[in-house]
Amino acid sequence: MTNVAGAPGAQPAAEPAAPRKGSETLHYARRNPKLLIGLGIVLAFLLLGLIGPLFVDHGPNEYVGPQSQPPSGEFWLGTTSFGQDIWAQFVFGVRTTFLIGVFGGGVAFVIGTAVGFIAGYKGGIVDEILNMLTNVVLVLPAMVVLIVAIAYLDARGVFVQGLFIGLTSWPWAARAVRSQALSLATRDYVDLARLSGRRTGKIITTEIAPNMSSYLVMSFILLFGGAILIAAGLDFIGLGPSDGVSLGLMLESAVAWSALQFGMWWWFVPPGLGITVIVSSLYILNVGLDEIFNPKLREL
Amino acid sequence: MWRYIGRKLFVYLLTFVIAVTINWMIPRFMPGDPVRSMLARASVGNPEALERMTTYYNEVFGLDTPLYQQYFSFWGGLLRGDLGVSVMLYPEPVTDVILRAVPFTLAVLLPAILLSWVVGNHFGAFAARSKILDNTILPLGYVLTATPYMWLALLLAWSLGVVAGVFPVANGYSFSLRPEFTWLFISDLISHWFLPFLSMFVVALGGWAIGMRNMIIYELEADYSNYLQALGAPRRLVRKYAFRNAMLPQITGLAVQLGTIIAGSLLTEIVFNYPGLGTLIIQSLNSRDFFLLQGIFLFVVVGVLIANFIIDIVYVLVDPRTRVQMTGGSS
Amino acid sequence: MTLRVNDLKVYYQTLRGDVHALDGVTFDLADGEIMGLAGESGCGKTTLGKSLIRLDSRMRHVGGTIDLDGKDVPIADDDAMVPLRYHEISLIPQYAMSALNPTRKIGRMINELLRSRGVRPADISQELTRRLELVGLDADVLNRFPIELSGGMKQRVVMVMATLLNPSLLIADEVTSALDVSTQRSVAESLVEFRDREYVKSMVFVTHDISLVYQMADTIMVMYAGRIAEKAPAKTIINAPRHPYTQMLISALPEVGSTMEQGRLEGIPGTPPGLLNPPTGCRFKDRCPMAFSKCSEQPPLLEIEPGHWAACWKTG
Repeated sequence: MTNVAGAPGAQPAAEPAAPRKGSETLHYARRNPKLLIGLGIVLAFLLLGLIGPLFVDHGPNEYVGPQSQPPSGEFWLGTTSFGQDIWAQFVFGVRTTFLIGVFGGGVAFVIGTAVGFIAGYKGGIVDEILNMLTNVVLVLPAMVVLIVAIAYLDARGVFVQGLFIGLTSWPWAARAVRSQALSLATRDYVDLARLSGRRTGKIITTEIAPNMSSYLVMSFILLFGGAILIAAGLDFIGLGPSDGVSLGLMLESAVAWSALQFGMWWWFVPPGLGITVIVSSLYILNVGLDEIFNPKLREL
Repeated sequence: MWRYIGRKLFVYLLTFVIAVTINWMIPRFMPGDPVRSMLARASVGNPEALERMTTYYNEVFGLDTPLYQQYFSFWGGLLRGDLGVSVMLYPEPVTDVILRAVPFTLAVLLPAILLSWVVGNHFGAFAARSKILDNTILPLGYVLTATPYMWLALLLAWSLGVVAGVFPVANGYSFSLRPEFTWLFISDLISHWFLPFLSMFVVALGGWAIGMRNMIIYELEADYSNYLQALGAPRRLVRKYAFRNAMLPQITGLAVQLGTIIAGSLLTEIVFNYPGLGTLIIQSLNSRDFFLLQGIFLFVVVGVLIANFIIDIVYVLVDPRTRVQMTGGSS
Repeated sequence: MTLRVNDLKVYYQTLRGDVHALDGVTFDLADGEIMGLAGESGCGKTTLGKSLIRLDSRMRHVGGTIDLDGKDVPIADDDAMVPLRYHEISLIPQYAMSALNPTRKIGRMINELLRSRGVRPADISQELTRRLELVGLDADVLNRFPIELSGGMKQRVVMVMATLLNPSLLIADEVTSALDVSTQRSVAESLVEFRDREYVKSMVFVTHDISLVYQMADTIMVMYAGRIAEKAPAKTIINAPRHPYTQMLISALPEVGSTMEQGRLEGIPGTPPGLLNPPTGCRFKDRCPMAFSKCSEQPPLLEIEPGHWAACWKTG
């Protein structure tokens, strides 16, 4: 997922905060339709995932209605061929989607930024080794590794899935953070901190990270979206959380029970649409952020 | 030049070793007895056959020998091209099963990657022409990259296959036909190939368009673009240069995106029950055929490594900057 | 008269309002004249250089006219400027090191540029080779990529390329700042030679290195905060400057080879006014030791002796 927002080359190193920067950022933020629309949709879905399930008085996998019903007043998104309420599955699935995004994206973010910062700041042999590691994990096709790894697990949960996704999808973030940290590590104020004998971790967290905070936020959003897509793929293959509900699992059962052949579009359209809308809103939100933080992109 | 290639080769070799090691480790260190759970799921009816298989797999896993010996014999088998015997299709060797599926996967994957790359790059460059185009093509591109491969495949199968009835929605060719070199069979093959290809192509398109758009904006603001415009060069020439230069990082992007796109093709195949590696993965998962699964894993990894290496070489040949630096051009 | 700039106003549009980068600039440039354009960073000299050939997207032409060889130069109209660019007005940019397309061989790029400007490369290839040799380059550079050339070589390629169509006006923007001292000298000498051979009719040489410009320029124009402070023959500016700003600038030069940047730090107390809301009256008055009540009105640029212009109430 490097080809999405904030692609390489698009931004020079983050600049040290200028006094007026805050208000200027806000000024652009309020006027950026990409940011506002993206953020609006993401928040709306988050809200749906948070409170939607509270209004469903039966389990998402319970057989509560007539079988194979198209959307109606009673079952907003219709029912599966077993009589499960698709709306109920959808709102629970949205919740899982955010959960896996935060968790999988979070793990990847922590590993990626840690590796990137240390490699970029320390340089030398440490950089060499971490860079090699990054390249190796980058080349390995994450999804296929995940399939093999997860296939052997008998009991699977959202967190295990998120952990595995995080472990395989951090490399590009590490690369990006490394190049940013490299350019920042040579700045005067970092030199000063180093000369005054402060510890590496302290310098990274107090001097370097704040100066590239916007970049880090954007990396996290991309990892978040990527984790959602990977999780959906795994769920679809049948390696999702056992006995759970997710948008990917909905797609899986729709295909497994021939929703396609029976023309039950209400079974497979909503989950895919949900994923697409959430993830694309995240990406578009990210472009908006990029335009705000990176003056070069403000005008075309 | 050779130093660069040597370095790359080293990374790829290291990756391969790590992949093989992962492959070897997973069944041995995950909880449970892999042979028993595998054979339990394989639902082998004949007890005699079951016993034969159990003996065979126990031997292959060599669980009674020390770990390092298991590791080396694993490598030994691998280097002889022996990936074991499939449980699902016992006693067919895993390699044969995979080789039968690979052409189908490649037939969808290669044209989809290359065409989407070419077309996506042009779309992206086109988007950078004006604010209006940028604001329409760009969000569309993001929606496409955010689309799960299997979902678009489902939508296409449903709309063009089930509803419109234009294309078949399952399998690699009709069961009524036998593989042969006739027009009837080939046209049947193509009509089965088209929807998987199309859905791969469309999803991959978005990423390339976005990448190109970001790169070309950067190039259009580069000093040489500014200078050409100051000298009154037409936009056409400036764009031509910017496009060409923006293509170069997109070649590297091809390597980076490969893993994601391959994953996408596996998912797409599953929707269409297309007889490639993706469908094979699902089948092997359902019948707990871990030998087959791991064989596929190694195949994909090797394929990705080879593709990466080809892309590296192409990049060196295409970009005069790296080429000159490597051949030590006189200056 | 080659170039006549009259009351030119070009503003930068920013979030906080217009920056008055050029606020009423008037001067003439004669045939064969090399004019050094000097001043501190942010005084508008680079903006003036750009305005003469191509406004960038944030620059807006607010008022004033430019005539070149008796014809109007429509700087506000990007399309109408195209025929003039390269043929009549050309540029050696500040970023000459990166002004060439990195993935095209130099000869091919020049040919493509020429063709796009309606010139047949074949008609001009001999001249191109001759001029490359004049600046000490082998014609073989045309078969090289920019990355294969040193900084000085790239600079000279750009010089030859920019002047290939014998433009009437050449803008050389800080062309020497990125070079070492000996290369600076040879670049400056080549530019004078280009003028002598009439490859270019006249030249605006933007720099902050007064001592370099003194050796090559016929006249020097000093700018301050978006306006012209003084313009005079190079000798006069160095030996008998009249405007207090120029005087302080020259006296702050410790020796040959120093730059204006250092001059400001050591010599003139205070900083130039911001150009977002420029002060009324003389813009130098807050730093000027000779300021008096009259300075709250804007001093006109007057010809105080033939060829010597200054904008100061004390000189008028």
